[in-house]
Amino acid sequence: MGKRILLIEDEANILEAIGFLLSREGWEVQGHGKGESALAEIARVSPDIVVLDVMLPGRSGLEILRDLRADPATRDLPVLMLTAKGQAKDREQAMALGANAFLTKPFSNAELVSTLGTLTDAPAAARSGGGA
Amino acid sequence: MLSFNGLVAVCVLYVAGLFAVAFLAEKRAAEGKARWLNSPITYTLSLSIYTTAWTFYGAVGSAARSGLEFLTIYLGPTLVFIGWFWLLRKMVRIGRAQRITSIADMISSRYGKSGALAAMVTLLAVVGTTPYIALQLQSVTLSFSAFSSNGGAGTPDAEATAIWVAAGLALFTIVFGTRSLDVNERHPGLVSAIALEAIVKLFAILALGVFVVWGVADGPGDMLARIEASPVIDTSWNGARWVGITALAGAAILCLPRMFQVLVVENSDERHLATAGWAFPLYLMLISLFVVPIAVIGLDLPSAGDNPDLFVLTVPLGLGRDGLALLVFLGGFSAATSMVIVAALALSTMVSNHVIVPLWLRFSRAEGPTSGDMRRVALTARRLSIAGVLFLGLWYYRLSGGAEALADIGLIAFLGVAQVLPALLGGILWRGATRVGAALGIGAGFLIWAWLLLIPNMAETGGLIPAMLEEGPFSIGWLSPATPLGLQATDRLLTAMILSLGTNTLLFILGSLFSFPSPLERLQGAQFVNVYDHSRALLGWRGAAGTADDLLIMAQRILGSGRAGRLFQSAAAAQGREGALPEPTADFLETLERELAGSVGAATAHAMVGQITGGASVSVRDLLAVADETAQIMEYSSQLEAKSAELARTAERLREVNQKLTELSVQKDAFLSQISHELRTPMTSIRSFSEILMQSDPLDDAARARFSRIIHDESLRLTRLLDDLLDLSVLENGRVSLNEGEASLSDVLDRAIYAAGALEEGGRIAIRRDRAREAVTLWTDADRLAQVFINLISNAQKYCDAEAPELSITVQGRGPEIEIDFADNGSGIPPRQQTLIFEKFARLDTAKGAPGAGLGLAISREIMARLGGDLAYMPSQVGTRFRVRLPARAQEAA
Repeated sequence: MGKRILLIEDEANILEAIGFLLSREGWEVQGHGKGESALAEIARVSPDIVVLDVMLPGRSGLEILRDLRADPATRDLPVLMLTAKGQAKDREQAMALGANAFLTKPFSNAELVSTLGTLTDAPAAARSGGGA
Repeated sequence: MLSFNGLVAVCVLYVAGLFAVAFLAEKRAAEGKARWLNSPITYTLSLSIYTTAWTFYGAVGSAARSGLEFLTIYLGPTLVFIGWFWLLRKMVRIGRAQRITSIADMISSRYGKSGALAAMVTLLAVVGTTPYIALQLQSVTLSFSAFSSNGGAGTPDAEATAIWVAAGLALFTIVFGTRSLDVNERHPGLVSAIALEAIVKLFAILALGVFVVWGVADGPGDMLARIEASPVIDTSWNGARWVGITALAGAAILCLPRMFQVLVVENSDERHLATAGWAFPLYLMLISLFVVPIAVIGLDLPSAGDNPDLFVLTVPLGLGRDGLALLVFLGGFSAATSMVIVAALALSTMVSNHVIVPLWLRFSRAEGPTSGDMRRVALTARRLSIAGVLFLGLWYYRLSGGAEALADIGLIAFLGVAQVLPALLGGILWRGATRVGAALGIGAGFLIWAWLLLIPNMAETGGLIPAMLEEGPFSIGWLSPATPLGLQATDRLLTAMILSLGTNTLLFILGSLFSFPSPLERLQGAQFVNVYDHSRALLGWRGAAGTADDLLIMAQRILGSGRAGRLFQSAAAAQGREGALPEPTADFLETLERELAGSVGAATAHAMVGQITGGASVSVRDLLAVADETAQIMEYSSQLEAKSAELARTAERLREVNQKLTELSVQKDAFLSQISHELRTPMTSIRSFSEILMQSDPLDDAARARFSRIIHDESLRLTRLLDDLLDLSVLENGRVSLNEGEASLSDVLDRAIYAAGALEEGGRIAIRRDRAREAVTLWTDADRLAQVFINLISNAQKYCDAEAPELSITVQGRGPEIEIDFADNGSGIPPRQQTLIFEKFARLDTAKGAPGAGLGLAISREIMARLGGDLAYMPSQVGTRFRVRLPARAQEAA
């Protein structure tokens, strides 16, 4: 049984692409497109890892991340942040808030897969590297 | 018996003594030590130039011929000094306050600084005074001859005597009258010499009187008896003539140029006038005390000769009292010389200030004189004028040939200068007096006086045109001076007085009433009439310490205490007054003024120093000059102000621009970030799917087809986005070229609805239109307008969330505009977001998932601005309503 991953991303096409890719890689993939209900979805799905887009309708991914890190239940949940803005300060902000990894769109499929692999293999090291 | 040469020697010695006194006085005054010079007694004695040789010798002659009439000459001034003291005081105050230099200056200043009026009064004064100077010269030569004919050795050459006397007097006056151009026009040396002469005069006549009463007669009792017995007091009493001459003498003391000089110009302390108020009448009383006794004895004494005008000399000479006679001779000499000196000084001031200098300025304007040159010119003019005035007197004396008629000239001259009286009194007391009135009055009075008295007198003395004077010009009888207006005048003086002064006064009043004064005249009028409101009393040298204090305080305020202190110390050291304040001498004041001028301007400095030292009020001329300077300074400072305001504006603009740039920079960053997001998002799908497709892992056909379509759609999305961005950029930069032409609104709407796909089968919105109202012809770019309509229609298609979506398009003309409303029946836009909808990339939360980058409304709004209209969101209770406004440039189609 593969690990469970929750993709929180509002662009349907991106969600479909990543979902297809990760399913083929053996992940159990769940998708969600809205910001305001993302926390509830995480609690419901209880994934092993979360891929979180920054620009979400209703609620920004950064706010969701902060709430995740504030909640003891999800404090150690590995989170990969995605953003299309591509500015350095977005990365810094995400890492400061406790993201485990950060990818700028567009990224290669291999990049995504290997990043996720690192997070699941050595979550503790990645977390300490994130400077939480 | 004194020889003629001996007499000349005495005269020369006496004159040398006068020079010495005057020189000493000047020196003391310059050192600031001459307190006696500044005493009221000196002032009063200087006033005694009123009693000239004419009265010194003539009073006794007049008493012998006409009894007590001679008293009127003393009565007039006495009454003025006692009864009209307030008028004298006002004249003195005005003279100080306005820095008046002569009677002509007084009149001209009062009537708006009129140069013509000043020249007129100057002419009058010269014409009236010249015969008077001749009279003095005559009295001196007569007294010389009286001495020599009574047994003196040598043949006196009367003419040569007169010439030498005139030359000597000219020299004295030039030396002590024009040493410098004093700001205050005061001449301490000259005044002290005059005062000394006044003492000699009085002492001589008193000595003679005492001798006559106690030496010839046996004391006062015998004297009175002799007077009773003599015909002197029996002579007929002519009341009208008494009143007339008294009034004339009173007028003369105010109007005579030489009297004005000593009374007003040479006055250094207003309080002196109070002493003079009783002391001068006393002096007149003393000098006239023994006139009757001398006349009575002279008439009784065969050896006194038959000319009563010389009794004062012939009585002592006839009785062998040569010493007394010599004293009396010196008294008469003093009377004559003091009058001539002051008259020449006064006249020269007028002639140079009001005739020569103005003419010189007019003819040398091109050369642009400096102030230094001006002083030299003024001094030279004054010296020449003194020589000229004395030469004129001498010439008149020779013309008259020493005739007896010259004796009448005294009263004639009085009446001549009295023509100034109406303008003088009116100017001081009546603000309504005007230049026109003064000129008319003085001019007419002058002409009548000259015609009725002066010319006949000259004719008598010089033998001029007697026929014309007897019968009138062109034999017109009523113009004859002998019978003016056909009057058989019993007393020509009185007739002329009434006619000339009467006409003068009448014309003065009428002229003033019927003319309008210039602004300067009105100002000066107020300054004269209300002089006490504008000035303070001049209190002479006693106030000097206070003056220096005031000057120091003022200088400190303007120059700062350090610079002022150094200036005053060095001035005090130069005066030999180390450690004290310097005396306000002319030199020091000039230096101070120059220093101050550097800070506040020359005119202001002059006015300030004048205010403190001279008790002068600030004259209108000063004020105008000060105003000029102030205006310049203000202009300069307003220029500075303007520059600083400009700088402030520039700085403010820079701040605004900077803020704008900062905002633009932030906006640009946000915009780039937005574009980045909008570009990267489709790219992400494209890349991801293309990598999946490239992988060797097998895909079923359905998945391959689906992924390819997504890639294709996302590419189109990117293209659309780039098109929109380029469109917006072109619109925002105003570089768009509009393709304007006639278009039917209805057609444009048709095209837009078709292009938006609203009519297709999948079109999810119903569109309501009123085609009748759409029948409007527009002058616009139809493609661009359609682009706006398409955007609005597709927005309604995308975002209207009603069960049965509906878009109604309504058209209405409103004035010069057409309004096209696009209203749907959805839930509308939340108020909080209504302001955001026109921002670039502003996609509302509710609009998620709908295609488009959020540039549509921004582009539409830009297009409408280019088309001369606008696009606005209209808040409404139901649904979303956008309003397009367009200018209606063409009339409605049929």
